[in-house]
Amino acid sequence: MEDFINAWTLRHGRSRDKLLPLLHAIQEECGYVGDGLVPVIARALNISRADVHGVVTFYHDFRRAPSGRHIVKLCRAESCQARGGTAIEAQAVQRLGVAMGQTRADGQVSLEPVYCLGLCAIGPNALVDGRPVARIDAAALGHIAAEVGA
Amino acid sequence: MTRVFISRDMASVALGADDVARAFVAAGCEVIRTGSRGLFSIEPLVELESEEGRIGYGPVGPADVAAVLDGSHANRLGRVETLPFFANQPRFTFARCGLTDPLSLSDYATHGGWKGLEAARARAPQQVVDAVKASGLRGRGGAGFPTGIKWQTVLDASSLAKFIVCNADEGDSGTFADRMLMEGDPYCLIEGMAIAAHAVGAGHGYIYIRSEYPFAISTMRAAIDACAHLIAPFTLEVREGAGAYVCGEETALLDSIEGKRGQVRAKPPLPALQGLFGQPTVINNVLSLAAVPFILAEGAEAYAAVGFGRSRGTMPVQLAGNVRHGGLYEVGFGITLGDLVNEVGGGTASGSPVRAVQVGGPLGAYFPPGMFHLPFDYEAFAEAGGLIGHAGITVFDDSVDMAHMARFAMEFCAAESCGKCTPCRIGSTRGVEIMERIMARREQDSPRPDPAIPAGLAKALYSRSPAPAQRGAEQEIALLRDLADTMKYGSLCALGGFTPYPVLSALDYFPEDFVAPAPAKEAAE
Ligand SMILES: Cc1cc2nc3c(=O)[nH]c(=O)nc-3n(C[C@H](O)[C@H](O)[C@H](O)COP(=O)(O)O)c2cc1C
Ligand code: SF4
Ligand code: FES
Repeated sequence: MEDFINAWTLRHGRSRDKLLPLLHAIQEECGYVGDGLVPVIARALNISRADVHGVVTFYHDFRRAPSGRHIVKLCRAESCQARGGTAIEAQAVQRLGVAMGQTRADGQVSLEPVYCLGLCAIGPNALVDGRPVARIDAAALGHIAAEVGA
Repeated sequence: MTRVFISRDMASVALGADDVARAFVAAGCEVIRTGSRGLFSIEPLVELESEEGRIGYGPVGPADVAAVLDGSHANRLGRVETLPFFANQPRFTFARCGLTDPLSLSDYATHGGWKGLEAARARAPQQVVDAVKASGLRGRGGAGFPTGIKWQTVLDASSLAKFIVCNADEGDSGTFADRMLMEGDPYCLIEGMAIAAHAVGAGHGYIYIRSEYPFAISTMRAAIDACAHLIAPFTLEVREGAGAYVCGEETALLDSIEGKRGQVRAKPPLPALQGLFGQPTVINNVLSLAAVPFILAEGAEAYAAVGFGRSRGTMPVQLAGNVRHGGLYEVGFGITLGDLVNEVGGGTASGSPVRAVQVGGPLGAYFPPGMFHLPFDYEAFAEAGGLIGHAGITVFDDSVDMAHMARFAMEFCAAESCGKCTPCRIGSTRGVEIMERIMARREQDSPRPDPAIPAGLAKALYSRSPAPAQRGAEQEIALLRDLADTMKYGSLCALGGFTPYPVLSALDYFPEDFVAPAPAKEAAE
């Protein structure tokens, strides 16, 4: 990963404001931002390790451990709740066999909360490995579970 | 070859538009992917080019291709513009959305694009700022601050570097207008930012887009690349957020672009004077910036002619939640809340009565139908103890549990607090605990089946903090009001300061959800 980070900063620059784009790039590349990378990132952008740690832990998007092979992001916000989202959330936990915010023990799927995908009139909504899915009901949950092999 | 128009808006795709588009390509049609017209109950919408204009069909599935092509499909809508939902909309900002290929520069130019920038560049910066002032445009991101005055401050500040920052964080539930505009008409936003740059003398701009909007991010990046030569010497880049709601607050957003934790800065100094990297910065919402090309091209008077009181121009209202005709409806201010929910939105999708609507996202108040006479206007809503915010309206039917919604508001604030001030950081967690005690007491006194939540789960959810025996229901509610007061007056920004709106409005308008129902009276002898 050191090589990746060095190549990235050569291309995009090493000013401090590049921290978020760099973290996104790292997560895209290896799925999470491991604690071991914090000093490397700090050196690359010439900021303190505490700064990097503070940013990685502040933003909900950055993971510090690997995710499951598939990621299901389920919307928990108000408009989806108004369309039965709370019940769907409970069913999703059951159907996918993993608690909200957790990765299944076999590493097959992570279920993550998201607060609004901007699809609020056609909820409950999810992003399944980045693909938007709307109007989720029991049948749609079944399709999602099959798709992610859960 | 038949030309077919199909949206590639994230909502249309979520409803299957990609499969429909593939099916039309397979049938030998030329398919043009557009933005969405914004009425999701007819998406996926397919429009066929014909001599009478574009004829719409929707919703359409991949199996419907033959029936659509021979005109026999049951969901034939005729010309989309003539549907009642569209007929009454003054589409100033969303004029092109759904009509054009979002990334086609020639589509943009033939539909009036760049006219505003041309007009702006023919004038002195002060004249451009004057036009924005005369239009009466107020910031569409929530606070409603006059855009022209903000620009004047940046124009008057002397500095070697100035910035234009577009706030595309749109974290509020029930809002999606920013997303739709960026996906459906990205050059409109870019043109607005280029006009702002000319008006205040800025050289570089950022569009900060939340990571939950992957389609908007890729569309904006492609659009910036395609039109760089047209906006030069002004340059633009997209910054992707990382899932923190508070980064929608303008100073937290600036810190986030600078590569820091997205924490709210104390004001003053105003960002207009010391914003990004300490330099004078215009920071505006997507819709504020996207309204500017119309104002410059058609004139400030044409914009100001629509509206109500001090709220001029149009507002892209977003109808969401449990609503029959959900979507984006651009309309002049002054329309009543009830007309939006019942006439435009057609009431609930479930068919059950409307019980509550939340206006303005997670920090907005819940209103009962008794408040439906309220005109859509910044001042009217503030007076009624609510806010318009980004004009998202979330409709709930009578299955909603308002205590659950109040608890959720506190939970959301606790999860998203930037941590800078105590009333928000600690108060919201205490608020969750009080709500849990109120709900646990309610279940205990009178267990009720909650239709939205499977039996058993309700108990697990709400019985974490058992009610101390010494405190009665009224005392818990008094404590909640006291806490809300502390948050309202002691918080640095609107996240902690406005969370009391959904909580207290739920309590004030729906008190019956916070206590166990009184035991039914025995029939009189
Ligand atoms: C917690 C919080 C979240 C906010 N989220 C947004 C947002 O997502 N988009 C936005 O434009 N403004 C948001 N705002 C308002 C901005 O701080 C700011 O007022 C706005 O971007 C100014 O642009 P405007 O004048 O064009 O409205 C938020 C404010 C707070 C306190
Ligand atoms: S109110 Fe909350 S989000 Fe706003 S500055 Fe204070 S702690 Fe941060
Ligand atoms: S509330 Fe779920 S997509 Fe907006």
